[in-house]
Amino acid sequence: MSSHRPRHVPPKVWAAVALVAAALALLPFVAALAGQAWVRILNFAMIYTMLALGLNIVVGFAGLLDLGYIAFYAVGAYVYALLASPHFGIHLPFWMILPLGAGLACIFGVLLGAPTLKLRGDYLAIVTLGFGEIIRIFLNNLNAPVNISNGPQGINLIDPFRIGSLSLARPEVILGVQFSGPQKYYYLLLLLTIGVIVVNIRLQNSRLGRAWEAIREDEVAAKAMGINTRNVKLLAFAMGASFGGIAGAIFSATQQFVSPESFGLFESVIVLSMVVLGGMGNIPGVILGAIMLTMLPEVLRYTMEPLQLALFGRVLLDAETVRLLVFGLALVAIMLYRPAGLWPSAVRKRELETPKAAPG
Amino acid sequence: MEILLQQIINGLTLGSVYALVALGYTMVYGIIGLINFAHGEVVMIGAMVSLSVITALVGAQTSLPVVVVILAGLFVAILVCMTIAYGMEKVAYRPLRKAPRLAPLITAIGMSIVLQNVALIVWGRNYRTFPTIIHPTPYDIFGATMTDLQMFIVALAALLMAALLFVVQRTRLGMAMRATAQNPQVAGLMGIDINVVISAAFVIGAALAAVAGLMVMTYYGIAHYYMGFLLGLKAFTAAVLGGIGNLAGAMLGGILLGIIEALGAGYIGDVSNLCGFPWLSDSLHEQCAANEGQVSMFGSNYQDVFAFFVLILVLIFRPSGLLGERVAERA
Repeated sequence: MSSHRPRHVPPKVWAAVALVAAALALLPFVAALAGQAWVRILNFAMIYTMLALGLNIVVGFAGLLDLGYIAFYAVGAYVYALLASPHFGIHLPFWMILPLGAGLACIFGVLLGAPTLKLRGDYLAIVTLGFGEIIRIFLNNLNAPVNISNGPQGINLIDPFRIGSLSLARPEVILGVQFSGPQKYYYLLLLLTIGVIVVNIRLQNSRLGRAWEAIREDEVAAKAMGINTRNVKLLAFAMGASFGGIAGAIFSATQQFVSPESFGLFESVIVLSMVVLGGMGNIPGVILGAIMLTMLPEVLRYTMEPLQLALFGRVLLDAETVRLLVFGLALVAIMLYRPAGLWPSAVRKRELETPKAAPG
Repeated sequence: MEILLQQIINGLTLGSVYALVALGYTMVYGIIGLINFAHGEVVMIGAMVSLSVITALVGAQTSLPVVVVILAGLFVAILVCMTIAYGMEKVAYRPLRKAPRLAPLITAIGMSIVLQNVALIVWGRNYRTFPTIIHPTPYDIFGATMTDLQMFIVALAALLMAALLFVVQRTRLGMAMRATAQNPQVAGLMGIDINVVISAAFVIGAALAAVAGLMVMTYYGIAHYYMGFLLGLKAFTAAVLGGIGNLAGAMLGGILLGIIEALGAGYIGDVSNLCGFPWLSDSLHEQCAANEGQVSMFGSNYQDVFAFFVLILVLIFRPSGLLGERVAERA
């Protein structure tokens, strides 16, 4: 990492940026050639990228193991679902709910963070896990005697994202080009994802980001250096949670349906896997992890049946089962070959290369 | 009063099972500091294997006594679980012993997914029912009932825990385990084969898990490929509640958790009965009249919340668990 940046950006970089931008802009149309399902998968990859980046703040930057992260996603999703659906008959616009969802998730993050500040490592992991389950159980059961969450059936007919008369759910012809619903969402998500990425990069290089890193490496030393560890850790929880809330609200708007089933521990675990597998604390690594783990099960969904046909001449095993099986094996295999993740941060890499006296 | 006693008896039974599973978590954690996420799935495999063996033996119309049939199922289940745990440690955890701390957690999650889906392939998606070969006889204890099956589960769990404590405190293997838990390097220098000790911890934990699996399966009469998940989660909660890495803590935590859960599920409906507050809403009055004065904000469907609620409370006031002395300094 160089300490001084070149003031003059060479034209090569501009060309590369333009190329990437063009590729990203054309991507939904390329994906649509393989079917609209793939555009939806791209959208999910971006939602998961936001989630993974949010969790990365807590786990990767501040080193606090959080196994209940999906609860904040659920809070964001349900805030949007309740405030923009026929369930309560309230239809607020997306831009009004988004800060509300992020804010409420942030409050929940602080609520979780405040009592657990003195816990470390695995104790923290289990408390956050419990918190996540509590939120899910409440969502599942808050339909009687007063119906708030509509229970296991979930909330249906949620409003899509709208600006004026432009609804993102319908296919439409804009400037002579046919856009499908998911394709329009793609651009909204792309915009938001880029925003989240920029905020994350700025955070990492900020005073706060360095404080998080210091706490991750050695909390006692960080405290001795004058870092207010309590506030800084709370900020990590709060910021991570708000990104989760934002991702949740968008999930709600894209799917137009939420149910407690989408917010189980397994989802938390998958998002954590994205962070660890990609390379904890390294933003490009986390993005890579999120995209890979969203794509992998989908690719397996479409390849496992033909593969079995080619190998054995018939479908031996249910494709759904095999795809999860292979997914599990892939998690194990990748960790065995790249214990620090696929794209580890430079700091982590250095740590691994210098052998330590004490075991991890 | 009978309800209280009844809930305590039910909680004690379930708590014994939690305790057995929690021991597997805590032993592994105490020695290598790993949350063995796949341990719950080992319990599930134990239940499934014993169920299959017992069903096969019953179907074969052998004239074997029921005890022999169940023991045969248990024996096979223990063997299978031990093999799985041994293999799992060797393949997925051992190579990562010096890796960053979260890497083995992810492989554990991966193994858990793999085991679950293997079970799904082998045993299918449906609930499997336990053949009716045992007929629990209820006994009256101060107005509450306890079946002989419940008594047997509690007694067997107690016996196994005593045996485990004996192994850990009084045998050479146990001494080696305690030494490795304190400091693996120095234990190695003292001539202890650390790999053997770690494998032993996994294998013993798996054997206990197999017994626990058989217990849950006979108690509820059903087994399912997904049953290991929540059971494992609760057992891990129990281990943390008691102070993870501490054997006595896991036992205490398991039994406490079982009882708290049973009491919580038994009483939450009365505690949160809204009919005492008719001013809350107008429709409440009609609902109360229709339901014999019982409209609860929270019903027994919140049973699973208690486990986590209690856990969070305990950890806030005693961050290292009830009996935990060592504060985990690994972040």
